[in-house]
Amino acid sequence: MAPLLLAEDLRVDIPTPLGMLHAVRGIDLALAQGETLCLVGESGCGKSLTALALMALLPTNARRAARRLEFGGRDLRAAGERAMADLRGERMAMIFQEPMTSLNPAYTVGDQLEEVLLRHRKASRAQARERAVLLLDKVGITAAASRLAQYPHQLSGGLRQRVMIAMALMCGPQLIIADEPTTALDVTIQAQILHLLKSLQREFRMGLILITHDLGIVARVADRVTVMYAGEIVESAPVAELFAAPRHPYTQGLLRCIPVPGRTRPEEKLGVIPGLVPTPIGELSGCQFRNRCEHARPDCAAPGPSLVRVRPQHGVRCVLAQ
Amino acid sequence: MNLIEMRDLRCTFTVGGGMFAGSRSLHAVNGVSLAVAKGEVLGLVGESGCGKSTLARMLLGLQPPTGGEILLEGRPLAAHGRLAVARRVQPIFQDPYSSLNPRKTVGAIIGLPLEVHGDEDAAARRRKVEEMMALVGLAPRLYHNYPNQLSGGQRQRVAIARALVRRPEVVVCDEPTSALDVSVQSQILNLLQDLRRELGLTYVFISHNLAVVEHIATRVAVMYLGRIVELAATRELFRAPRHPYTRALLESVLTPEPGLGVPDTHLGAAYPNPIDPPPGCAFHPRCPEAMAHCSSVAPGVSSDSRGEVACHLYVSSLPGSERRAS
Repeated sequence: MAPLLLAEDLRVDIPTPLGMLHAVRGIDLALAQGETLCLVGESGCGKSLTALALMALLPTNARRAARRLEFGGRDLRAAGERAMADLRGERMAMIFQEPMTSLNPAYTVGDQLEEVLLRHRKASRAQARERAVLLLDKVGITAAASRLAQYPHQLSGGLRQRVMIAMALMCGPQLIIADEPTTALDVTIQAQILHLLKSLQREFRMGLILITHDLGIVARVADRVTVMYAGEIVESAPVAELFAAPRHPYTQGLLRCIPVPGRTRPEEKLGVIPGLVPTPIGELSGCQFRNRCEHARPDCAAPGPSLVRVRPQHGVRCVLAQ
Repeated sequence: MNLIEMRDLRCTFTVGGGMFAGSRSLHAVNGVSLAVAKGEVLGLVGESGCGKSTLARMLLGLQPPTGGEILLEGRPLAAHGRLAVARRVQPIFQDPYSSLNPRKTVGAIIGLPLEVHGDEDAAARRRKVEEMMALVGLAPRLYHNYPNQLSGGQRQRVAIARALVRRPEVVVCDEPTSALDVSVQSQILNLLQDLRRELGLTYVFISHNLAVVEHIATRVAVMYLGRIVELAATRELFRAPRHPYTRALLESVLTPEPGLGVPDTHLGAAYPNPIDPPPGCAFHPRCPEAMAHCSSVAPGVSSDSRGEVACHLYVSSLPGSERRAS
């Protein structure tokens, strides 16, 4: 079956006073219908810009290029601003981290939800309202009808994020991209929101790309995981395999850094990755992780390495895997 | 003797209800009694709005309590005087981007407490600052740098150095790693552990990340709507949580174990509005084990060898409730 979303050699470059910032440096992604892909990495690794590039929502000074970029069999490289605006909200939708800044404070929840349907479908105000109430109810908001008249500031963070999810679902999209959807929320609310997102995804067979830095979320939500570092994919694998047998030193390092509930020992030290995340500006060559890597060798500076398949579904970008 | 003792500590804010509504009271901290022994790490967990940051501000002397008292080595905090409290209790805040003055150099930021207390000459101050920078792992060449030239982890190290430069006894850490990346978070947590051992520090460690608290704390207090609902040694609390809220919190933690899926915590209704807290036990609208009288009678604190818990499930004195064997 053809994938729902396919990207090959996706690149995002942003000119800065210091030189060209290669924020996303040739990544390949494929997402099947109903599948959940988690993009993991630390700040500045390019995971959010990847999402924005897929949605054609990049800042105006950023440049996007790709060998292939297809959604539902359609070439997105050729799609103009207008065509993308028709797709967004209708067939692909995005959920952002901070619902307070992504909801418009000057409009009621109802207006914002209904607008999605009015923009994309030949729906009447009454139909749109009906759908809005249905979805608010679906995302677990009580007294849905009375919420329509409320403004975003009258809702708690968890409720706002539920409104964002309802908004993303208004037209029944095939793809949802969620960028750190629960980072601003408390743990109890986080679990609720992720639980909701997963059950809605199953119900509507949507493709889900979830961007996060939290490996706990990744383990519980993902089917496949893609680890990014300095704008590149360094490892990609099915979730169980990635956690059981990570092959890239960066992935291994990340997994050692996090305290695991129930297994942490008070006097035991957490693993660390020494050094800092690099900023990919200017000409880059070789493995960008090499100066933080405990296994680095001279040939790590050589051009490449490419993503090697160590198992059918498990790719690693490291000379050690070659 | 306990280094810090809070006795029925309260902090009430008056919230204006708008042009036509009258002002109302928000009980941010509502009767907290808690002791911190020298050398321990007391973890304080709870959802946003539970009052943990207000509690931290009161411990630092930044927010006067509206009721109850805080004793520092047996004497009320107010009797110590501001400078003396600042010398012994220091903060590390969540966001190293906003807690450092962008117009001062790293050296000046770390040296400021020494200057304020005015007990040394410039050369001795500089020596102390450099010592401190080495201790927290900041390269000496960063002395003349400004905060915007540093990474998040380096900035948090500056904040730690500033807090420790006058060798306080208690450090109040309010979400010290939440703004940091995973790989940097582990560096900072390791550093805090090392410093505690080397300098004999006592931490009050506030975090919403339960895995981090389990890793660093020796004892944990769980807060809900301004009250401590459970207090126990870390291992005990994570092994056998008693309060339904603590259990729900722990169930919500997503451990990095694939295949388990996302738990359904059945917590239902959102966190209540602290201006309008539910009557009786404040947790009862979300509690899966709520009983009839939970909505009318606030539970007292029952303490035993395992710690303290404020829940009707663990008291026998009320009619109609059954004592739960623990």
